Amino acid sequence: MSILIYSVLTLGALGLIYGLGLAFASKKFHVEIDPKIESINEILPSANCGACGYPGCAAYAEAIVEKGAEINLCAPGGDEVIKHVAEIMGMEATTADRKVAIIHCQSGGKDNTNFKYNYQGIETCKAAILVSGGPNACNFGCVYQYDCVKACKFDALHIDDNGMIIVNNDNCTGCGACAIACPRDLIEMVSIKKRVHILCASHDKGAVSRKACGNNTACIACTLCVKKCPVDAITMDNNLAIIDYDKCIVCGMCADVCPTAAIFDPLKEVRAQKKAAAKADAIKKKLEEQKSEENKEES
Amino acid sequence: MEFVGKILFMAVMAIFVQNFVLMRFLGLCPYIGVSKKLDSAIGMGMAVIFVMTMASTFTWLIHTYLLVPLHIEFLQTIAFILTIASLVQLVEMVIQKTAPALYKSLGVFLPLITTNCAVLGVAILNIQSEYNFIFAILNGLFAGIGFTLVLILMAGIRERLERAELPVSMKGMPISMIVAGSMALAFLGFSGLKF
Repeated sequence: MSILIYSVLTLGALGLIYGLGLAFASKKFHVEIDPKIESINEILPSANCGACGYPGCAAYAEAIVEKGAEINLCAPGGDEVIKHVAEIMGMEATTADRKVAIIHCQSGGKDNTNFKYNYQGIETCKAAILVSGGPNACNFGCVYQYDCVKACKFDALHIDDNGMIIVNNDNCTGCGACAIACPRDLIEMVSIKKRVHILCASHDKGAVSRKACGNNTACIACTLCVKKCPVDAITMDNNLAIIDYDKCIVCGMCADVCPTAAIFDPLKEVRAQKKAAAKADAIKKKLEEQKSEENKEES
Repeated sequence: MEFVGKILFMAVMAIFVQNFVLMRFLGLCPYIGVSKKLDSAIGMGMAVIFVMTMASTFTWLIHTYLLVPLHIEFLQTIAFILTIASLVQLVEMVIQKTAPALYKSLGVFLPLITTNCAVLGVAILNIQSEYNFIFAILNGLFAGIGFTLVLILMAGIRERLERAELPVSMKGMPISMIVAGSMALAFLGFSGLKF
């Protein structure tokens, strides 16, 4: 019986002494942590995606407070997070230049793409491109095994009825996981403000790529866009036109001259409408001026 | 003179012949986990030396003056674990206060010393070998030094392996396991030492 009591008392006493000792030590060795770090950490989305360039949200929160890191680096958080972080840091919110995924191949889905053979192997792009250069007639295009869609954690990539991959810009956080997953490097993270894109990644000669592409979106290396671009943003790289997004002013002139549908300009119709409206305005003004001049002469 | 000889014998035994990691296979988690960088390996080694020495001291005292007189030696394991856990907590607080950089590089492995079997192992071995107080402390110290030596050797090797040309399948953990095995084989040679 005494052993039972001794055991309980001994362990109880040991625990009590250690507990008190630790409590005392934690007061004595208390480390002040900036409360800002904690509150920023709470605001960050805890996705730990690493898009900011720091290992996880906690590290980024610390970097903001202690190293003065930019507050607009959190891609998944978006404007909301930037606003709150700016409030905590007493800084002005700077809108992030949000990046979204652009797929540099629009060969038209399974129906339009020209295939060399019917691939029935393991369902991953990495395996598909190994079989005699991939099932496509084009050696640079999308092989429709959807590694990028599988890699996307934010439900931003969708497959339409035709098997085409559609980027949902609202969901895309610009994390770049799909770009890493694509074995043909077709996906690029581009600022959402840049709307004009070259939808081809083929380095083949013009005739070859035109023949291989099933959707008439091949770059045939005619260099018309290079000549047309007012800011010299387009360069030819081994039979492929490439837009330097730093220089691009989104004027859409390259899309107008492109003989194929390789350059995509979603603002084309908007521009055409604006242009027509401007023309109509100008004509109206001219007529009115003429009228007023006539009136003057009459009077 | 005999005393010094005994201490030297003990040092060689604990550091080389009965090395905790490579001969007794205790404390393998930090051995693989914290041996990627030399800096953090040295930090971890120092923390383990400190904790082992302190643990040896306190566990011996608790065993001799608390558990034995009350005839409750069967509580050895839980009492030792309690002591070691509290000690590690204390060390963690002190390190966080005095050396934040070291605290960061040790990361999760400092709390893991709590459950490091090498620390509990040295405490129990001290009792089993019936060392007196001084020898128990020294055994803890030497065991910690042995652990640190192996950890630093491993970190040095792995830092160089980072730049070595290896097949992809061997990179990282697999080659570390092979290196660990080779080191254990090399340390087996020490067991032939005779005094």
